[in-house]
Amino acid sequence: MVVPGSEEVALRCEGLRKRYGTVTAVDGLGFAVRRGECFGLLGPNGAGKTTTMEILEGLTAPDGGVVEILGRRWEPAQRDWLRQRLGVQLQHTELPDRLTVAETLRLFRSFFARGPSVAALLALCALEEKRDARVMTLSGGQKQRLSLACALAGGPEVLFLDEPSTGLDPQARLAVWSVVEGVKREGGTVLLTTHYMEEAERLCDRIAIVDHGRIIALDSPAGLIAATASTQLLELELERGGDWQARLCALPAASAVQGQERAWSLCSSAIGLTLPALLAELERSGDRLRALNTRSATLEDVFVALTGRALRDA
Amino acid sequence: MPDDARAAHGQAIHRGPLWELTISRIKEALRDPQALFWTFAFPVLVLIGLGVAFRAAPPSPEAVALACTLPAGACTELRSALGEQPAIAVRELELPAALAELRRGKLALAIEAGGTAVSPALVYHHDPSRKEARTALFAVQLALGQAAAPRMRSREQAHTEVGGRYVDFLMPGIIALNLLGSGVWGIGYAIAEQRRRKLMRQLATTPMRRSHYLLSYMLSRLVFLVPEVALLLVFGVLAFGTPVRGSLWAIAALSLAGSCAFSALGVLIAARADNSEAIAGWANVVMMPMWLFSGVFFNYELFPVEVHPLIRALPLTALSDGLRAVTNEAASLASCTSELVVLATWSVVSFALAMKLFRWQ
Repeated sequence: MVVPGSEEVALRCEGLRKRYGTVTAVDGLGFAVRRGECFGLLGPNGAGKTTTMEILEGLTAPDGGVVEILGRRWEPAQRDWLRQRLGVQLQHTELPDRLTVAETLRLFRSFFARGPSVAALLALCALEEKRDARVMTLSGGQKQRLSLACALAGGPEVLFLDEPSTGLDPQARLAVWSVVEGVKREGGTVLLTTHYMEEAERLCDRIAIVDHGRIIALDSPAGLIAATASTQLLELELERGGDWQARLCALPAASAVQGQERAWSLCSSAIGLTLPALLAELERSGDRLRALNTRSATLEDVFVALTGRALRDA
Repeated sequence: MPDDARAAHGQAIHRGPLWELTISRIKEALRDPQALFWTFAFPVLVLIGLGVAFRAAPPSPEAVALACTLPAGACTELRSALGEQPAIAVRELELPAALAELRRGKLALAIEAGGTAVSPALVYHHDPSRKEARTALFAVQLALGQAAAPRMRSREQAHTEVGGRYVDFLMPGIIALNLLGSGVWGIGYAIAEQRRRKLMRQLATTPMRRSHYLLSYMLSRLVFLVPEVALLLVFGVLAFGTPVRGSLWAIAALSLAGSCAFSALGVLIAARADNSEAIAGWANVVMMPMWLFSGVFFNYELFPVEVHPLIRALPLTALSDGLRAVTNEAASLASCTSELVVLATWSVVSFALAMKLFRWQ
């Protein structure tokens, strides 16, 4: 892992651990985020992303490890100093239904010593037309932008976004992304979690892939893809099928075998070796291919290759 | 046979939607330990509490005052005759003091004994609209009938003037009760709702101060306090002619102190609770004893004298006693100092405890 020079580090954590009963949610996780960088934690539900965020946000105390944000730690004496400089958007917050958009922003703005005006926040999140609408009348996307605006109310130096576009339709997602891109253009530091590949690819300068409370890969989106650029994904459908797990794993240059019965997929780092061996294996077992599809791996496949699980419903 | 089998099979699976809905409801209820506690354990606890309070005791005697201006010997004779009647508890008082206590509902009957030793005359002062006045009157007549009735003249004097009626007793208590409900339940519910909606957690990510958050609930209550108290007060005056003899400032000050105490209790019960069921339960725990003991609907003098200090330490008792003294007897705010102290103590202690216990998640 490349650790940037400390003078330009906005956020640093090391060896974070958190257990809930017998479940280890975060297991020795650590990374550093540069000022002005957008850093993404990518992983399936239950990977420990939200717990990590809550530890960084000072909402949950870790069982072990170090958190340093803007050079300070979550000690009682530093809390207010840090809170004044951080913006946090949580998952599934319901803002008061009967307040208007402008009233909600005025409320959140009042907590911070400095920050943009309510009008500027409305403009930032494209909510000018809704300024006098009550929160309960907003669409899901508008509510999400309002909660983003609340997170921006203190003009934060570091912005935390926990799954900012989960559950939104594609158009609403684009609107949320353009707000985040606006924050990035202004030089803001952003830490976000997501389980959407497109979101991570589009917004993040670097991505940490998280699984079982650990970082299993950390690179730029391009770097992650390049690392697996030579990887081909094979999807096959068999005539008879059966338990092919062991037989597929035994193929040369094969990895990340998944599937059952007739439908299987695997990654190959040398298709020229894997494919003939596969055909030979089929010949031997008396089974036949009904369909075969090969393509270059995407970031999503990288994830599958690394974790052995699909991203969205893992 | 296959048909029979299919029918039996079908029946076993299909008991119909009403059955399945009912079973689901029962299962949900049984799997919610909190709901179970409030449904089964809490009422039993209340019963145990009441059982202890009233265990095996005969009905408490009615409070009767004797204001005797007869020669000492005749008074003693009268006193001992009354003392033999177990249904009444007799104290000797000056007549004005006795009438004042009668007005406050602390006495069921005041006996004015005058005239001469040879031909004493008795006047029974009471409020004929109260049941305990009847009981006390019969008991007194029974006691004196056995002893000295033949040489007594007596008459009844009904006290139904404003300030001494049951409705006059009730009105200040109802105002206090209303403030109790809107403070404890209103605030507790609102806070628990914000916690359930994760709004509280969102607020916890900002530099907002906890004390500001909790105080905002108490302050916003104060805004609604004025119309709440005014409405009941005006309604009482117009509909029942209940008196407002003391100063409005004294009423305002007492209501303010009361509302602070109840709001702080509301904040306290919401310190951990994250759903409305839990709040409903805690609100019951807080409010039920006060409904029973604080003398809103009937005078707490009925309870054993040993527990009176405890009853007077309850915030609802303090507020309703204070309001009653101001509206019915024109008491000054200074004379309500002990009530104000009780209310202020509840406010400060509950709020401090809430600050300590409060959980943001």
